[in-house]
Amino acid sequence: MTQPIIQLSGVDKFYGDFQALSQIDLDIRTGEFFSLLGPSGCGKTTLLRSIAGFETPSAGSLHIDGKSMDGVPANKRPTNMVFQSYAIFPHMSVAENVAYGLKARRLPKAEIQERVSEAISMVGLQGFDSRASHALSGGQRQRVALARALVLKPRVLLLDEPLSALDKKMREQMQSELRRLQRAVGITFVLVTHDQEEALTMSDRIAVMFDGKIAQVATPQMLYGKPSSRRVGNFIGMMNFLEAELLGTSGQTVEVDVQSLGRLTLPLSQAPGGVDGCQSVGIRPEMLTILAEGQTAEREIEAVVSEVFYYGDMTYYDVTLLQKDAPVTVTMRNTAGRKVLAAGDTARVGWSPVSLLLLR
Amino acid sequence: MMRGKGYFFKWYVALFLVFLYAPAILLPVFAFNDSSIVSFPLKGFTTKWFEVLQSTEALHVAVRNSLMIAVTTAIFSTLFGVLAARASTRFAFPARRSIMGFIMLPMVLPEIIIGVSLLVVIIQLGFELSLFTIILGHILICTPFCIAILSSAFMNLDRSLEEASIDLGQTRWNTFWMVIFPLVMPGIVASLLIAFTISLDEFIIAFFLAGTEPTLPVYIWGQLRFPQKLPSLMALGTLLLVLSISLLLLADYFRRRGLKKTGIENSGGFL
Repeated sequence: MTQPIIQLSGVDKFYGDFQALSQIDLDIRTGEFFSLLGPSGCGKTTLLRSIAGFETPSAGSLHIDGKSMDGVPANKRPTNMVFQSYAIFPHMSVAENVAYGLKARRLPKAEIQERVSEAISMVGLQGFDSRASHALSGGQRQRVALARALVLKPRVLLLDEPLSALDKKMREQMQSELRRLQRAVGITFVLVTHDQEEALTMSDRIAVMFDGKIAQVATPQMLYGKPSSRRVGNFIGMMNFLEAELLGTSGQTVEVDVQSLGRLTLPLSQAPGGVDGCQSVGIRPEMLTILAEGQTAEREIEAVVSEVFYYGDMTYYDVTLLQKDAPVTVTMRNTAGRKVLAAGDTARVGWSPVSLLLLR
Repeated sequence: MMRGKGYFFKWYVALFLVFLYAPAILLPVFAFNDSSIVSFPLKGFTTKWFEVLQSTEALHVAVRNSLMIAVTTAIFSTLFGVLAARASTRFAFPARRSIMGFIMLPMVLPEIIIGVSLLVVIIQLGFELSLFTIILGHILICTPFCIAILSSAFMNLDRSLEEASIDLGQTRWNTFWMVIFPLVMPGIVASLLIAFTISLDEFIIAFFLAGTEPTLPVYIWGQLRFPQKLPSLMALGTLLLVLSISLLLLADYFRRRGLKKTGIENSGGFL
């Protein structure tokens, strides 16, 4: 394992009495696509801006490439940023925008020209060199912002909600393109987003943040499959929660009494955030199945359909399990021959203990 | 009835424009009228009143004084305006609102009050009244207008443009000249022109603070005592009118060019 490109330890940030960041410890690995994910106001942008040098942490240390960034201003850091508004200089052409940072470094003219046209074609804007930047579409502006930052070959590229201003189609296209670009240039990308889908599809690893603290750092699969708390599980995708009572641990297993589902023995690996203080089990809607006639499952439970949401390829059911809990959601793919139930129908819901998570 | 209402407003607007511009149109009419009495009917065409202007040495001095004062005032009040606008839109400092409020106050204070109090202060300090003291007074009254114009120019500036420039490795000083300055340029031009215009036709402060050297408005006022000078004053007024309209057109040309460059939707302006 090589040295992490970015190391944060014990980073705090206060604005007056308000604590925007609290004891952030984080290592970002060289060459990875890393996302900071959280609801608005969770401190993710403050963290990104601290790495860029636009905010000064109140406490703690920040190292980039092994060097302390204490007192190093933004224009001397080996990072470049793609701003949420793209911040394209409106009085300059595409090529002038891309050349801006190279000119600041006083590179020879020929080299600037070469690197600019290389960067412009890398983001697919060939032929747009002399286009005025205000005559560009949202997607094109973003490409200019990317080219302008990547042309400087930074050690880390910081992206502040870069896709939030684009429409859905464009956003999906840029997602795969960003990923391709990151692999091609091999530069560490740190992306800030509030969109969990965006984070899951693009990232190597994700840090989920709430209230200025990091709740969990994991790969997309780990984050979705083994969230460390109810809050993370609820933020990343959908999750049903059932009340549970801890009965005791023995060796590698824990015994719980779960509302509706009854007494169960689960391995400790299904309590990813630790066993202490857990009061509920979570289960993803797609881990529950509405059983068709004659179909069986490892475990079954009687339920009544209370609401039906039909999405075409999928149907989302709210069902009430046998003990009148709050309804749980079940998502089913509308595969060939599968009947879509109506509200009020009774159904057998199939589930398996392996898809349960004991959470705090 | 809709039609009746439309008629009323059309006439209202027409009358409004007549009252606004008719007096100004009289200036060139009498400037070329071959009679020393300013009244109808007109007597014939002449350019002799302009020749009178050309040969009046005292007028030339007054024009030179006024131009010097107006240019200096425009430059300094715009400079102060840039500094204040930048500070108030970009930085937070204690009592920002009240400080800005006090700076803007001279805009609404009666000029006669400013004129009298400046006179008292300058005499108490033992300064000679001169062009310099007029410039001080004019900077005082022009700066609030400049700040008002420039604040909106600086406020429209996306702060991340500045951050992007620094992020790309540029220094703060170069960022100002390469990014901020070009983008607020239309505001700076407008500020220079407004300050220039205010200073050029300002009378009260100039009258109080002028020593032996009159500005153009003070000179004109002095000439009004002599009825035979009136036609040549009309000629002078005509020249000033042409100059003002040209300046306005020039300012709007720069404003439109600035907007086009940055791709901002044209929303009003002078013309």
